[in-house]
Amino acid sequence: MSARMPLRETLEVLRAERRSGDVVITSMGSAREWMAIGPLDPLDFVFVPSSMGEAVPLGLGMALAQPTRRVIACSGDGSLLMNLGSLVTIASEAPENLVVLIFANGVYEVTGAQPIPGRDVDFATMARASGIGSVFRFSDIAAWTVGARTALGERGPLCIVLDVAPVPDAVGPRSPGPTLARAAAFAAALQQR
Amino acid sequence: MTEPSAADMGRAIADLFAAMGITHVISVPDSTIGPWHAALDAHPSLRLVRVCREGEAWAVAGGLHLGGARPLVLIQCTGLFESGDSLRNIVHDWKLPIFSVIGYRSYLNQSTLPGDTCLVFTEPVLSAWQIDWKLVTDTADYGEIRTHYERCRAAGIAGGIVVAEGRA
Ligand SMILES: Cc1ncc(C[n+]2csc(CCOP(=O)(O)OP(=O)(O)O)c2C)c(N)n1
Repeated sequence: MSARMPLRETLEVLRAERRSGDVVITSMGSAREWMAIGPLDPLDFVFVPSSMGEAVPLGLGMALAQPTRRVIACSGDGSLLMNLGSLVTIASEAPENLVVLIFANGVYEVTGAQPIPGRDVDFATMARASGIGSVFRFSDIAAWTVGARTALGERGPLCIVLDVAPVPDAVGPRSPGPTLARAAAFAAALQQR
Repeated sequence: MTEPSAADMGRAIADLFAAMGITHVISVPDSTIGPWHAALDAHPSLRLVRVCREGEAWAVAGGLHLGGARPLVLIQCTGLFESGDSLRNIVHDWKLPIFSVIGYRSYLNQSTLPGDTCLVFTEPVLSAWQIDWKLVTDTADYGEIRTHYERCRAAGIAGGIVVAEGRA
C-alpha cells in the first residue's frame, strides 16, 4: 500500500472545497470526523444511523432528484465492498452531479479496525471497470490539497479514491440527533436554492 | 377471462404509476415484473432506475424522497429478503415512507418450484418489517395499488402491494 493521508485533514480539504449548495453525505468514520471538524451545514446529511454500503445509493437518489446540485457521497472501503454493484448502477444512471468519495483505509475502522477482505484492493480500477469515466486517486495530502478542486470539478459521475490512514482506537460516529427532524430539515434545505 | 399480454400489462402498470404521481421506479426484475420494465422505461413521466441488488433500491428511493421526488420500489419477494437492513434503515431509522410493489413468487403456481419457501416467508417477513401491505391476486384488481398508495401517502407510512405471481 502506498502512502496514506490523515482522515481528518483529508476531510478538511473537502470542507474547504465544498461549494454552497453542495450536498455532503458522510457515514462511518467520515461522519465522525466531519462532525468533529466543525458545525454542520444544512446540506450535510450525516448518514448515522446507516445501512452498510448504502451511502452511495442514497447519494444517487439525491443526485437524480436534484440534478442541478452537486452531491458528494462519502463511503468507507468496507461499506463499498458490501455494495460494489452500486458503482455499476451509478455508471448506468450517469448522474453528472454525483461524486463518490471512497475512504480507503484498509480496515473496518469503526468496529475496531479489523482488516477488510483483500489486500490493496484497487478501487479506482474497479470504478473505471464499472463504467465510471472520471476516476481519481490521491494518497498524498499535499496532492489532494492542490488537486481537490480540479478533481471535484470534473463532470460526474465521478469517483475519487482517498487512501487514508486508519485512526487509532477510533469509535463509531454518534448520531447528531433524531432522524425524523434531521430528515425533515435536510429535505427542506434541499428545496431552497 | 384471458390475461393481458405482458406488454399490455407493462403499459397499464406504467400508466397507473404515472397517474399515481410516481416519478422514479427502482427495480430488479423477475419473470413477472421484468416484462413491465420496457414500458416503464419508455413512459415519458417515469424514470426506471435499474439497480444491481435490492438493498440499493431502498436507499436510492430514500435519496429520491428526500430530494422531493416520488419513488416506488418494484422488486420480487426474494429481493425483500435480500434487502432487509437497507429497508430497516430507510423506512424505520429514517422514517421515510417508501412505497413498494413486491412480486410474490410461486403464489399462483408452484409447478416450477414445488415447495417454494417464498410461500413460507414472504408474509411474515413483510409483517416483521412493519410494512402496511396488501395482497393482490388478480391483475383485474391492480387498481388497488393506487388506492393503497394514496392511503399510505396520506398517513405518511411505508406501504406495499404484494402481487401474486405464477410460474417462477
Ligand atoms: C450489514 C452489516 N454488517 C456488519 C455491520 C457492522 N459494521 C458496522 S460499521 C462496519 C465497518 C465499516 O467499515 P468502512 O465502511 O470501511 O468504514 P470505516 O469504519 O473504515 O470508516 C461494520 C462491519 C453492519 N453495520 N451492517
